[in-house]
Amino acid sequence: MEGFLNQLPIGLSIGAVLLLIALGLTFTFGQMGVINMAHGEFIMAGAYTAFLLQDWAGRSAVLVALPVAFVVAGLMGLLLERSVVRFFYGRPLDTLLLTWGVSLVLQQLARDLFGAPNVQVLSPEWLQGAVGPLPYNRLFIMVLAVGSVVAIWAYMNRSAQGRRMQAVMQNRQLAATSGINTGRVDQRTFFIGSGLAGIAGVGLTLIGPVGPTLGTYYIVDAFLVVVAGGLGQLRGAVIAAVALGLLNSYAEFWTNASLAKVIVFAVIIAFLQFRPQGLFVLRSRALT
Amino acid sequence: MRNLTWRAGAVAAVLVTALAACGGDPATTEGTTSGGGGNTIKVGLLHSLSGTMAISEVTVRDAELLAIEEINKAGGVLGKQLEPVVEDGASDWPTFAEKADKLISQDKVATVFGGWTSASRKAMLPVFEKRKALLWYPVQYEGLESSPYIFYTGATTNQQIIPGLDYLKEQGKTKLFLVGSDYVFPRTANKIIKAYAAANGMEILGEEYTPLGHTEYGTLTNKVVQAKPDAVFNTLNGDSNVAFFKQLKGAGVTAESMPVLSVSVAEEEVTGIGVDNIVGHPVAWNYYQTTDTPANTKFVEAFKAKYGANKVTSDPMEAGYNAVYLWAEAVKKAGSTDVEAVKKAAGGIALERPEGLVTIDGETQHMYKTARIGIIQPDGLIKEVWNSGEPIKPDPYLKTYPWAGGLAS
Repeated sequence: MEGFLNQLPIGLSIGAVLLLIALGLTFTFGQMGVINMAHGEFIMAGAYTAFLLQDWAGRSAVLVALPVAFVVAGLMGLLLERSVVRFFYGRPLDTLLLTWGVSLVLQQLARDLFGAPNVQVLSPEWLQGAVGPLPYNRLFIMVLAVGSVVAIWAYMNRSAQGRRMQAVMQNRQLAATSGINTGRVDQRTFFIGSGLAGIAGVGLTLIGPVGPTLGTYYIVDAFLVVVAGGLGQLRGAVIAAVALGLLNSYAEFWTNASLAKVIVFAVIIAFLQFRPQGLFVLRSRALT
Repeated sequence: MRNLTWRAGAVAAVLVTALAACGGDPATTEGTTSGGGGNTIKVGLLHSLSGTMAISEVTVRDAELLAIEEINKAGGVLGKQLEPVVEDGASDWPTFAEKADKLISQDKVATVFGGWTSASRKAMLPVFEKRKALLWYPVQYEGLESSPYIFYTGATTNQQIIPGLDYLKEQGKTKLFLVGSDYVFPRTANKIIKAYAAANGMEILGEEYTPLGHTEYGTLTNKVVQAKPDAVFNTLNGDSNVAFFKQLKGAGVTAESMPVLSVSVAEEEVTGIGVDNIVGHPVAWNYYQTTDTPANTKFVEAFKAKYGANKVTSDPMEAGYNAVYLWAEAVKKAGSTDVEAVKKAAGGIALERPEGLVTIDGETQHMYKTARIGIIQPDGLIKEVWNSGEPIKPDPYLKTYPWAGGLAS
């Protein structure tokens, strides 16, 4: 029984991890229709940022790294958008192939820069310990996820830039004719989406490996959340992440890790039969 | 006009010369390689230099290159220098088979040193058997195999897993929880562990597998903690170990409260996991960087001199390093690089290696190896706390263990 109860907070924390890795993708995939396979490598960039900052920030590098990783991964995203992705707007399948290539290049780059083995990122002393079944480092990730969601929500609904972003998301042509520089908005969206991946990367150093292939472990889960939640939908992503986290937690508790993955996939496939657009659908009058 | 014709003529002449040079090139290369004539002997190194396994396999290739360099400096083999041909298996099993075939039939290498995962070995096996070529496989594995065209320089189960269980039993750890990656090595290892436990009055409280590359261990940690075992037997492979140990530590499990014995975590992996997260836990291998033999002092020094002072040496690296020396010794004894001659000469060859005395068992083509249990130290190195006293005869099919009947089938 205790084991059963423990799975609830564990499920929520899995949900937080899913949310964190998927949040940025909600924007790049949701708003811009770019299937960004390099999203995982931006997560990796965030993790390596924490590793590099360790040299002078010591064990609290994780905190210092949050803003730095946001900017580093954001700039990488911006560079990707400016250099290649912008020529492929409206061709999602091509962006898939393209960004997958980019992700392989980035993985090899990381291998050349930092070596093939995983590197060590020590978690801060004040994150050692646990409340019940929930370690402090998982709590930290939950706080990080909630914080990111609140910040993004405020940005989208309370700032002029955010509202422009929503306008472009709902109806690109109309937004353009109303004088919004959609190209500029795209760049900003890509910057923020990729930056969020960087933050996720920093958080993941607490519980996962930090190596060149880190991104590949999370990219599929991230897409699952976005697809199940509905494209570009913040609340969809939140609900989908938490639901998948809990489903994962209990499915694995009752069966095993391999079967839990199968169950999660099966549930999502079944769900998409009924709601192919995901949990929430963006209603707009755009002719697409 | 005249000027123009002259120029055209000159260009044509250059083109013809260039073409001739190109055409001549392959012919000359062929001349030096055919039949292993010339002044070098080609040997193939086939490991994953990219993809998820690169993390481990690159270091084995480095150790093998070091051995080749050392042998060349000492005069080579049969008066010829060794020439490594390095290929990338790319963590993709069909690629291993394809590259193995290329090394054998195109590069005409005398032997291949390669592989890490059992999947890659199983993919290459039919290629080597069909081409009647030699593979030296440097990693501990699940046993139950003995191909006439493979030499296994890592441990088989009775040289690593069974000694690990002996150690746990000696420590009074009788209730075990088994955690492993979901593929052939952990599943076979756990079959053996369960048979051992049944015969030795030990209890298995749980058995869990996670997919390769799995990083979410919250649920599994909960299951382990709830089951309250004396110890965990860990056959996870690759990056999963990092996530597992980080999350286990997060849940408050320490080496004192619940030791986790690993068979796939060596010096190389400790840094990535974070010393903090794994300090005090036991591991089972045949070699540690700290193993106290004259050959090891030399090996560690040479490795650090070539690849950097912060590099560590580990069991699979040492087994790869040994493989090159053992093959070279067999070639010297046979007086030729001919596969059948080398195989015949290999049996009984005994060399003092960094891990101690290593003898090739001609019958199984596995090695006699000393089993060693070590504890991970705060500096990231591993200190030996137990060993088998003498090299253990390899028994890949566990024929000499009565409780293991029926496992091999």
